[in-house]
Amino acid sequence: MVDSVFLALSVLTIGSAIVALEIRSLIYGSIALMITLSGVAGFFLLLDAPFVAMFQLSVYVGSIAVLILFTVMLVRRELIFNKVEDKRRRYAGIGLMLALMLGMGTIIIGSGLKTMDTNSPMVDYKKIGEDFLTYYSPALIVMALILASSITGAMTLARREDAIDDQRAD
Amino acid sequence: MTNALIDFILVSVALLAIGIYGMAVKRNAIRMLFGIEMIINSANLNLVAFSRYIPNSQGQTLALFSIAIAAAEVAVGLALVIVAYRMYRNIDIADFRSLKG
Repeated sequence: MVDSVFLALSVLTIGSAIVALEIRSLIYGSIALMITLSGVAGFFLLLDAPFVAMFQLSVYVGSIAVLILFTVMLVRRELIFNKVEDKRRRYAGIGLMLALMLGMGTIIIGSGLKTMDTNSPMVDYKKIGEDFLTYYSPALIVMALILASSITGAMTLARREDAIDDQRAD
Repeated sequence: MTNALIDFILVSVALLAIGIYGMAVKRNAIRMLFGIEMIINSANLNLVAFSRYIPNSQGQTLALFSIAIAAAEVAVGLALVIVAYRMYRNIDIADFRSLKG
């Protein structure tokens, strides 16, 4: 049986995910996405993974959502509220979504995962930190390089080459 | 723990389906990024849920790596959106046609 915290979190997460995709204004959409990401962080807390939850909050809610919000504010105002989409495509998408949910849901409910329950103690998050600095340290370094190169690449992409002598361009 | 593994998996399936819906239907580039974020989050939720119920710490480690890579991906994706907006003055992906044959 699920408890009430889980139920409230799942309603919040899935509801705000739908709102993020369907609401007219992109600004409210990115705020709803922020709520979805916080809800997933709440699930991580329920799963006794406080380290991952804090990482999720600081990386997703703290940086990615703010980045998306700033990008939304950079585009023109009428584009933020603009919503062009094909009606038939939309119905097909809703059908695909329901088919995925029902199909995968029945497969998972029919599988043996139902009986999987645990009383074992939670994984110690100190061990994760230790693993990061010992066994996974090459992967950690590669990840740091990927992050640095992607940030550099993003800044290079977004730089304007024509703005040197024309500071007031749009 | 009162919650079983299957509850978390079902929430993750719902999030995945909503993300795929967003990717398939929306033509706004930023909204498609929202869909990608939801799909990545459902994968992370799966990883952490299995890591709790097996129990093993490696799922959480993989989830941490995946979150960091997703941050890099979003940074590049948003930079591409900004570049495309500057070129086409629009963020509708149906207008991004210069690579179309």
